[in-house]
Amino acid sequence: MIHAKDINEHSPWQQLTPGCEIYEPGTAAAFNTGDWRTATPIYHADRCKQCLLCAPYCPDCALRVKDGKLTGIEYMHCKGCGICTKVCPFGAITFEEEGK
Amino acid sequence: MARKDRLSGNEAVAFAMKQIDPDVMGAFPITPSTEIPQYFAQYVANGEVNTEYVTVESEHSSMSTCIGASAAGGRAVTATSSCGLALMWELLYVAASDRLPIVLACVNRALSGPININNDHSDSMGARDSGWIQIYAENNQEAYDNFVQAYPIAEAAGVRLPVMICQDGFITSHAVENIELCEDAEVKDFVGEYNPEHYLLKHENPLAVGPYGVSPYYMEAKVAQAHAMMNAKQVILDVGRRFGEMTGRSYGFFESYQLDDAELAILLIGSSAGTARACVDELRAQGKKVGMLKLRVFRPFPAEEIAEALKGCKAVAVMDKTESFSGNGGPLGAEVRGALYDLPTPPRVINYVYGLGGRDFRVEDCAQVFDELAEVAVNGVTGSTYRHIGQREE
Repeated sequence: MIHAKDINEHSPWQQLTPGCEIYEPGTAAAFNTGDWRTATPIYHADRCKQCLLCAPYCPDCALRVKDGKLTGIEYMHCKGCGICTKVCPFGAITFEEEGK
Repeated sequence: MARKDRLSGNEAVAFAMKQIDPDVMGAFPITPSTEIPQYFAQYVANGEVNTEYVTVESEHSSMSTCIGASAAGGRAVTATSSCGLALMWELLYVAASDRLPIVLACVNRALSGPININNDHSDSMGARDSGWIQIYAENNQEAYDNFVQAYPIAEAAGVRLPVMICQDGFITSHAVENIELCEDAEVKDFVGEYNPEHYLLKHENPLAVGPYGVSPYYMEAKVAQAHAMMNAKQVILDVGRRFGEMTGRSYGFFESYQLDDAELAILLIGSSAGTARACVDELRAQGKKVGMLKLRVFRPFPAEEIAEALKGCKAVAVMDKTESFSGNGGPLGAEVRGALYDLPTPPRVINYVYGLGGRDFRVEDCAQVFDELAEVAVNGVTGSTYRHIGQREE
């Protein structure tokens, strides 16, 4: 059985699965979709009150919560929608254009 | 032990479906294929099959039902014609590219417009690039036989492609003919149990079907799909031979009739072969060296085999029962001419469009084709290579 981790952009056609089937769950975690981002949310821990309003609003689980606390932003999957920056009442997440 | 019966083409296909007892049918009516789900509904009501019979709201949905059922791990079946097949278009490509071995009974009918319910091949010929295997029948017996062979071809390792089993609307679908049927147990044994390695309902091995294919993967996916279609060639021959061992009726890519020493040949698909055979017999009785190639498998296209069969001919008429509006002939004409191009001395090829919307193709029409071919072969003046036959002219 061919695993998703064994297929990449250098794989010859013979090493793809029939119909590009994927034989395991959760493989989107390994796929970098953060490169779509044109603006980046920046987390400021010193302003954060750990209210966690932001986390459930993230459409892509890019706000990482560990032991009941926000630990930061996972940029591999953050697409820069900016919702978290609007939701935060304390200005703890600011929004900055990429490349600046 | 075979049993003799008399069935219409639609009855024969529905009976084959009953013997196969697929897991799911996406059922939607459209003339002339309506009778297939209709007869099958009786089998369901009588408890003669275990099939989940899903009455859907359109052909788009019947093919979607088949895709879901097949991805889930079941054998899926449907039947349609004409505009019904056209409404499935998007899903035909999904079924093929997801490599789902669905079987579709296509009862060939003209596409609109003018709206017309009679036979030609414009529906399935339009779907020729959708990635489905296409097998055509001359008569009811072949429609039945082809259907019994469909799943073993579709599900074969290295293939895993959907199969369209085509027959001519009304001409065979509604005409009752003598037919030889296999016993239920023979069909069950021939088709076998369907045990896919991967399927959605296999909970211990989660599966995703039909993922997005970005540019770095799409080309590779399509090359793999193209190779699956090429792999189908050998499987079709193997299954046709195995069917012959069971029934005495073997099948290949096409039937050659009086081709060995033929100088002039007609190449066609479907029920018109009976007419052409009668014409060949008449002309042979007059000492004319004529023959016929009846193409059974259009996808995958057996180009090399056709070239080999026709290499001795001086002129060949390729009969398209569809108009492609290329201004240059039909799809069969283009592909056969392409197949013959690499021969050292290829025959002249005249491509005829005929039989549209149920227009009869008579023995006289076929004789006219051979007359015109004789002109081409004798005088060497090809003239127009794209002709229509059977229409009124002023």
